[in-house]
Amino acid sequence: MPLTESLRNDILAAVPSLRAFAISLSGNADRADDLVQETLLRALANIDSFQPGSNLPAWLFTILRNLFRSDYRKRRREVEDAEGNYAKTLKTQPSQNAHLEFEEFRGALDKLPQDQREALILVGASGFSYEDAASICGCAVGTIKSRVNRARSKLAALLYVDGAEDFGPDETVRAVIGGSGG
Amino acid sequence: MKDLKSQASKSTTPGKGGLTPEIQSRIGHQLRAMYDDVVRQGVPDRFAELIKKLDTPGGTPQDQGNGGPNDNNGRD
Repeated sequence: MPLTESLRNDILAAVPSLRAFAISLSGNADRADDLVQETLLRALANIDSFQPGSNLPAWLFTILRNLFRSDYRKRRREVEDAEGNYAKTLKTQPSQNAHLEFEEFRGALDKLPQDQREALILVGASGFSYEDAASICGCAVGTIKSRVNRARSKLAALLYVDGAEDFGPDETVRAVIGGSGG
Repeated sequence: MKDLKSQASKSTTPGKGGLTPEIQSRIGHQLRAMYDDVVRQGVPDRFAELIKKLDTPGGTPQDQGNGGPNDNNGRD
């Protein structure tokens, strides 16, 4: 369809979550923004192939995910030093404990196989349904479900060895969870 | 949210895949915190301008020197 005003607004509205997806995948803010830029250019160049009424965010995420994958193959080595960059993208500086915990989490996320990482982010953070995530990743719904499950198990193993045993020191999350109900 | 609270209280019961519900919700919480932090930053000017520019007849993204090491963006 042609690039109407409303479609343009919808694309703009999707930019914040596209960036979040790109940063979660790549761990590098600069690279993530390049990915988003390339995604937007590609989307706008191919806007005729977008089906009106279909899921625009899912379409854009598919483009970004495919760009990231082809890019990743070329730049695999550079990805390794990405970790430190991510913290710079934070608007508010987290407290030191939260910051350590955050880096630990980010580090664990980066250790997941790419298939599992993207599935977990799409379902667990972007809020896509399993069906949409499957279409974005070009695989079956059951495959997405099992990738998400494996991703969670692996993160748990990396972060909280032996399950609840490691739980004591972390009061931040406990407070958040406990406090949210009132 | 009530849901999370009740899950947290029975954290010793392993859920699906051997994960306790508390750990599951903790992972979900950290993942969303990381993600939403970026979402809250909104749309950087760089992208707002890019999309606006493309809407103008004759406007192309190449002539605004976007400063990044982008190779042949949207050239084809």
